[in-house]
Amino acid sequence: MSQEPILTARGLVKRYGRVTALDNADFDLYPGEILAVIGDNGAGKSSLIKAISGAVHPDEGEIRLNGEVIHFRSPMEARDAGIETVYQNLALSPALSIADNMFLGREIRKPGFLGQWFRMLDRPAMEKRAREKLTELGLMTIQNIGQAVETLSGGQRQGVAVARAAAFGSKVVIMDEPTAALGVKESRRVLELILDVKRRGLPIVLISHNMPHVFEVADRIHIHRLGRRLTVIDPKQYSMSDAVAFMTGAKPAPEQMVAA
Amino acid sequence: MSDATAAGGKQPQEFEKVLSGSDTSVANFETQSRTPLETAQHFLHSNPAAVPLIVLLLSILGFGIAVGGKFFSAFTMTLILQQVAIVGIVGAAQTLVILTAGIDLSVGAIMVLSSVVMGQFTFRYGLPAPVAILCGFAVGGLCGWLNGALVAHMKLPPFIVTLGTWQIILAANFLYSANETIRSQDIDAQAPLLKIFGETFRLGGAVFTFGVIVMVLLVAVLWYILNHTAWGRHVYAVGDDPEAAKLSGVRVKGMLVQVYVLSGLICALAGWVLIGRLGSVSPTSGQFTNIESITAVVIGGISLFGGRGSILGMIFGALIVGVFSLGLRLIGTDPQWTYLLIGLLIIVAVAIDQWIRKVAG
Repeated sequence: MSQEPILTARGLVKRYGRVTALDNADFDLYPGEILAVIGDNGAGKSSLIKAISGAVHPDEGEIRLNGEVIHFRSPMEARDAGIETVYQNLALSPALSIADNMFLGREIRKPGFLGQWFRMLDRPAMEKRAREKLTELGLMTIQNIGQAVETLSGGQRQGVAVARAAAFGSKVVIMDEPTAALGVKESRRVLELILDVKRRGLPIVLISHNMPHVFEVADRIHIHRLGRRLTVIDPKQYSMSDAVAFMTGAKPAPEQMVAA
Repeated sequence: MSDATAAGGKQPQEFEKVLSGSDTSVANFETQSRTPLETAQHFLHSNPAAVPLIVLLLSILGFGIAVGGKFFSAFTMTLILQQVAIVGIVGAAQTLVILTAGIDLSVGAIMVLSSVVMGQFTFRYGLPAPVAILCGFAVGGLCGWLNGALVAHMKLPPFIVTLGTWQIILAANFLYSANETIRSQDIDAQAPLLKIFGETFRLGGAVFTFGVIVMVLLVAVLWYILNHTAWGRHVYAVGDDPEAAKLSGVRVKGMLVQVYVLSGLICALAGWVLIGRLGSVSPTSGQFTNIESITAVVIGGISLFGGRGSILGMIFGALIVGVFSLGLRLIGTDPQWTYLLIGLLIIVAVAIDQWIRKVAG
């Protein structure tokens, strides 16, 4: 398949003092796929994802979105470009309501005089859109959109964070360990949510330590090791133990990389 | 982990197959009926100003019974308002800072320095009063900016920063003013604008000062801003979880600086009102305003950990203190009882805050 990747990174380098977190790392994401990124602790997964989501500025290398070189100076700019990230800590404000959280940093103001001069928020509009999004993702058992996020369970919070990303992400959704803090049942729900987002045509970057989850939903698996991309494998051709072996260096990586 | 599992693709994992028989309502919210206590907890969680309002009404009622009918008079009620005007205005500044999980010990000092600048610029340099007042606001804003820059950019703890600036500003105030009071007669003769907020007007038995009106308007405007504008929601978000706010696209450092500058400006406003209340410009006034404003905020149910509470609670908190001090004075007890009871209220308020914060799922 000769499809163009939607998001690519070439030769990313990021150093923190003497530690090289990213050492000439490459990355490719194709339209409509779920790309899992796995790697041992300290392999540089987080730095890679942060570079793509604008939270970290790489020292060297270039990132392209739809073929155009981009330089994000903040997560805001990445968001404006259509890259949404669901952070491991979810980046939700516990005391604020579900609707306020979904629109934090991109609030809708009332049209006309009230919005322009009094900067009044358009709560009904924000709540309507938040409710629509949650309903689309089958999360509307959350009844009161105005309730504080801290009154929700872990799975519900994850749902809100995913819904926020799906609502605003126009190009790419990045999910950092979305199932790490969840129970078996809630994990299953979130995996379905991820597949749901994929069905809407959004490509997803999934960072996870959970091999069964990775092998279940991923189309391709990017294995990160020692600050760089070791290889990309097809989950249908390799086993979980192979993946772990590549990741930890117990087995040499296969030569050929898998394109979409 | 076998190849078979891996090749299985989009099937549930083996250990999850049993889930098909389980309850599918994962994200159900109303899981079980709540006890009355939990209902109360949830109510208080979404209405943080309710506790101080109830305490305020109860204390007015209690003192009304203890003191007698005259306590309920419009005169007494508006006298309490006059007495809490300064603390209410400074408390509004304190509320903004505490909502960002900070604390501002320098509020009283900024207030006094601003009032001294307004007075001295008029009398020492002969500037027109409006210009001197603007200079006072500029000084207040500058002090706030200093606090904000140190907190946001140097990442110093707000308690330490404002502990330092409190001393610095207060010392600057004494050095600059040479501890000199500007007398009431002089202000009346040359710059009555400085005392505008001390002017009173009557509505029946009620006596209002312009200072009281300003306090009420300020709190109303800030309530609107905090609850119905993006900026206000960002103040809460920054205090709640700065990391999450940053990742959600809130400019945390900018917000912090803006909050401290606004706090400084509000303190300068309090300084102007203070001249009206005292009738003179006194560099030694307002020594305990910082503690009094923190007391109002805490009794008002605003969390010292940031991100929670309503500015209306602060005003109720200030009024509770006002009711207690006037009520106990009318009963004729030792004024120390006021401090004792206020101290108790503070501890109870913080305990209730901790309890409310435990609400979840």
